[in-house]
Amino acid sequence: MIVITQEPFEPSAALSRFERHAAGSGAVVSFSGYVRPDTAGGAVERLHLEAYPPMTQTGIVEAVRSASLRWSLTAAHVIHRVGDILPGEAIVFVATAAPHRRAAFEAADCLMDYLKTEAFFWKKEVTASGARWIEPRDKCYIDQTRWKSSKDGRQTCTE
Amino acid sequence: MHIVYLGKLADIAGRPAEDIVLPATIATSSALRAWLDDTRAFQGALLHRSVRMAVNNEIVVDPHPVVDQDEVALMPPVSGG
Repeated sequence: MIVITQEPFEPSAALSRFERHAAGSGAVVSFSGYVRPDTAGGAVERLHLEAYPPMTQTGIVEAVRSASLRWSLTAAHVIHRVGDILPGEAIVFVATAAPHRRAAFEAADCLMDYLKTEAFFWKKEVTASGARWIEPRDKCYIDQTRWKSSKDGRQTCTE
Repeated sequence: MHIVYLGKLADIAGRPAEDIVLPATIATSSALRAWLDDTRAFQGALLHRSVRMAVNNEIVVDPHPVVDQDEVALMPPVSGG
């Protein structure tokens, strides 16, 4: 299941629902990402996340489909916020289920790298000193090359 | 043609989207980039390699054919999570 939402959500509730949905799987892994309260530019007032539907949605659907095939997942769930998001609020949730732990860990890791560097989102950080658009850090691109595979060099979580 | 500016490009353009009549002389994504960059306040921002273009919800590689009925999105580097 893939959800792109303007509304705040509770990762713990999302995980409970996912665990019920994935009952019978040997391993469930989840990642929750939150807005940090401060940055190099000072205290964060909010993040603003923009998407371009339907490309944002179809891109994530394809990444989840690829990861599900590559790691033989029994279930996967992605929630991503858009709009204005406050410090301390969850911005992203990824959960994967598989027969064994390694597959679930790696698939969740790959999906997070996809969301950080490939998914169609644009992120603006608003602080007291102004607003700036964020671009992925070099480290994010290095992380992403661990999964690189597709013919145009972009990461897809495909084997 | 419906044109969508994403991320920082919307700030530069001063609007998130606009509807234009595509000039008859423009037939490719590359020509469209150059024309928009020249006639709006982009000052080269649309010509940067990192700015991708989607035509009707598919990423294209310059030069890609464009027609007046298309929806075009101009995308700076993405950043989610």
